[in-house]
Amino acid sequence: MNGLNVWTVVADIISSTIVFAVPLLLVAMGGMFSERSGIINIALEGIMIIGALMGCLMMRWLDPLVVNGQLGSQLAMLIATLFAGVCGIAFSVLLAFASINLKADQTIGGTALNMLAPALAIVLTWVVQGQGQTTILIPTWSRITEANFGLTLEKGSFIQALFFKNFYLTTILTIILFAAAVILMYKTRFGLRLRSCGEHPQAAASVGINVFKMRYAGVLISGFLGGIGGLAFTLAAGSGFQSSVAGYGFLALAVMIFGNWKPWSILGASLFFALFKVVGAYATTLQKLGTVFNALFGWPDKIGIKEGISSYLWPMLPYIITMILLVLTSKKSRAPKAEGIPYDKGMR
Amino acid sequence: MSEYVIEMLNITKEFPGIKANDNITLQLKHGEVHALLGENGAGKSTLMSVLFGLYQPEAGVIKKDGVEVKINNPNDANALHIGMVHQHFKLVEIFTVLDNIILGAEPNKMGFLKKAEARKKVLELSEKYGLQVDPDAKIEDISVGMQQRVEILKMLYRDNDILIFDEPTAVLTPQEIDELMEIMRNFTREGKSILFITHKLNEIMAVADRCTVLRKGKYMGTVDIKNTTKEELSRMMVGRDVKFEVDKAPQKLGDVVLDVQNVTVPSKLHSNNAVKDVSFQVRAGEIVCLAGIEGNGQTQFVYALTGLDKMSHGKITMLGHDITKAKIRERSKLGMSHIPEDRHKHGLVLDFTLEQNLVLQRYWQPQFQKAGFIKNAEVRKYAERLIKENDIRSGQGPITVARSMSGGNQQKAIVAREIDKNPELLVAVQPTRGLDVGAIEGVHKQLVAQRDAGKAVLLVSLELEEVMSVPDRILVMYEGEIVGEFNPKETTVQELGLYMAGAKNMYRDVEKKGGAEA
Repeated sequence: MNGLNVWTVVADIISSTIVFAVPLLLVAMGGMFSERSGIINIALEGIMIIGALMGCLMMRWLDPLVVNGQLGSQLAMLIATLFAGVCGIAFSVLLAFASINLKADQTIGGTALNMLAPALAIVLTWVVQGQGQTTILIPTWSRITEANFGLTLEKGSFIQALFFKNFYLTTILTIILFAAAVILMYKTRFGLRLRSCGEHPQAAASVGINVFKMRYAGVLISGFLGGIGGLAFTLAAGSGFQSSVAGYGFLALAVMIFGNWKPWSILGASLFFALFKVVGAYATTLQKLGTVFNALFGWPDKIGIKEGISSYLWPMLPYIITMILLVLTSKKSRAPKAEGIPYDKGMR
Repeated sequence: MSEYVIEMLNITKEFPGIKANDNITLQLKHGEVHALLGENGAGKSTLMSVLFGLYQPEAGVIKKDGVEVKINNPNDANALHIGMVHQHFKLVEIFTVLDNIILGAEPNKMGFLKKAEARKKVLELSEKYGLQVDPDAKIEDISVGMQQRVEILKMLYRDNDILIFDEPTAVLTPQEIDELMEIMRNFTREGKSILFITHKLNEIMAVADRCTVLRKGKYMGTVDIKNTTKEELSRMMVGRDVKFEVDKAPQKLGDVVLDVQNVTVPSKLHSNNAVKDVSFQVRAGEIVCLAGIEGNGQTQFVYALTGLDKMSHGKITMLGHDITKAKIRERSKLGMSHIPEDRHKHGLVLDFTLEQNLVLQRYWQPQFQKAGFIKNAEVRKYAERLIKENDIRSGQGPITVARSMSGGNQQKAIVAREIDKNPELLVAVQPTRGLDVGAIEGVHKQLVAQRDAGKAVLLVSLELEEVMSVPDRILVMYEGEIVGEFNPKETTVQELGLYMAGAKNMYRDVEKKGGAEA
């Protein structure tokens, strides 16, 4: 393909898909835990921002230690990741308190947090880095490379591109967390109780389950996963954190709905989203690939475009496809029945 | 051992502005069925919620086997082996039967569910008591009767021996009710004690040993069923004599008012039709009752009849006019009145005042508006007349917000509005749902008054006592079809029950017979 190694491109697409699917999967699973306990979590975007901010700050603080060799790079990453998760939890407590204790409208509460988070992030970034310094740079040691395994691979080779171009600790963690989430949701007492609180909290309460506690658990888990997801997104997206996660929290909400509030479907949905995002990005940057697609689908002749489909069309692809799929699948999708309704003991 | 397994002594529970339970005493013996009788709002549910740990009483003590106990939440109640089948089932619809039974008492190892063990125990219990359930079916896919069996199994799974049944028969067919009574007797034979909350006197007479009666939050006394009668119980409950028979003048049949031909209505839930090829007539001077178990197409039929929804086939004629496609207002002007099934959804604008609700069917008439401006004084006058004539009780009279009124008075307001229109056809859908004995009597009187005045009445009802006493003719509906027509004087509850449950179909049987003869 005109000097471009097709296998490298394939490997690139796969690895980029995974690295973009990771934050979507984490955050959508977070949303799933919250919503299946009965709390609509529209604050995922805000939680992601807080997680990303604190994770990046932690990396920045640990940077000298890692550079001096006092701390292993991936151990530092683990600390930063967990810190992001813990800060996500702390931030989500606000949502839990407002919607569970104060019985506030969950959508409005979440929106408020979404407005609070980026503002807080800008302020903190300035405080730490000095006024006007809006980007927190991510140190290069954050990525896992072949060097970590003592390997030397040719740059641009299939294996290198597939495994080590976009490989982060968060990817491994996500696989572990996903497996844990599936087991927790369906194989444990906790999961059964959590799900019952999102469907029929009065029924749960009548058999002695503490609905408040379960809903707190659901929201806090979403805070943890959302926080880590925020960091994972920032790692995937580029070289620094700029007080934003580019709407990925909302995208994760869509993934969660598309995934029907079920872990395996959410996994499929996030891979699907990520794939189209990556393909879109490739088609935009690589004119050649765009041409290939055009040749494949035979569009240009039909609609009279010679030089490929407009480059604006490709990035829209994941969103357009989602809308179509949501329309087609929405009849089957079923939200937790009691989500969004504050639990009231007196209600029957 | 104390004679009583549970004693609730001098219980008082207050809510803001109302004493729901005022010094109430209830003593449950070992191995008895003890009925708790009272009208709506008499405090039965509150008392049971106190026993079940959902509410804490302001005064009074609870004793188990003579020892005072504190019940702060359902877990405490469970630890004392008290279980409850709630009036509105507490089941998670998308969970399986098994998951619902074990929820809250899950057998587990380090938090991991041990479902195999649970399944074994559930199947054993199901076998032992003849409570057939499919452990893997989802609640949303099974019948109401089976859902109730799941609720009962929930109690048995927790080894409860004090069982509370909160109005358990409201949703069942007569045959299912008989089965339930038999199951209750089985339990008492095993030494379990049962508290049976209801306002249906026949069931108390049939199954209970003793009965405690509440009225307006106060304790009226406890009686042995052997030494009492239905009349005495109802007097204790309502505070006056209640007539169970409905007085009707001799029938004077008039012309056909409503003619329904082959009406079919598609279902919103599944691909099947909700109403299938239904035909019947209602004539002036008669009450026709559409009976059946909830969810057999009555609601959808009424929607089509009143114009709330479209039908796919068929024709409806009223007083000679084809109203198949008529607008709701046109039907109303032609003389159709509708007392809807869901009074909150279709009967009232809950946040409007009482007077605004009362004038909803007529505000556009010249009497109440001029050039689009409402004549408020006229509305007030009209509302005050209806309120007085129908004894609609509310906090602030015409300007009371409908939402703040009691269910019985909301219903009175709707009935008053619809009947004051002087309709030719009155469609009354479950007009007595959620009303107490006194209010039911009032609504029945008004329906009969319409009939005696030569109007046509179509009554849709799930209550068998109502089905047997009010109408002149009964049509039984099952899965969207009319499966039988009866004269209430010549049929029995048992016979109706067979048709309502789909075990019999008059027309199919007739067809078979015809074929044999030919």
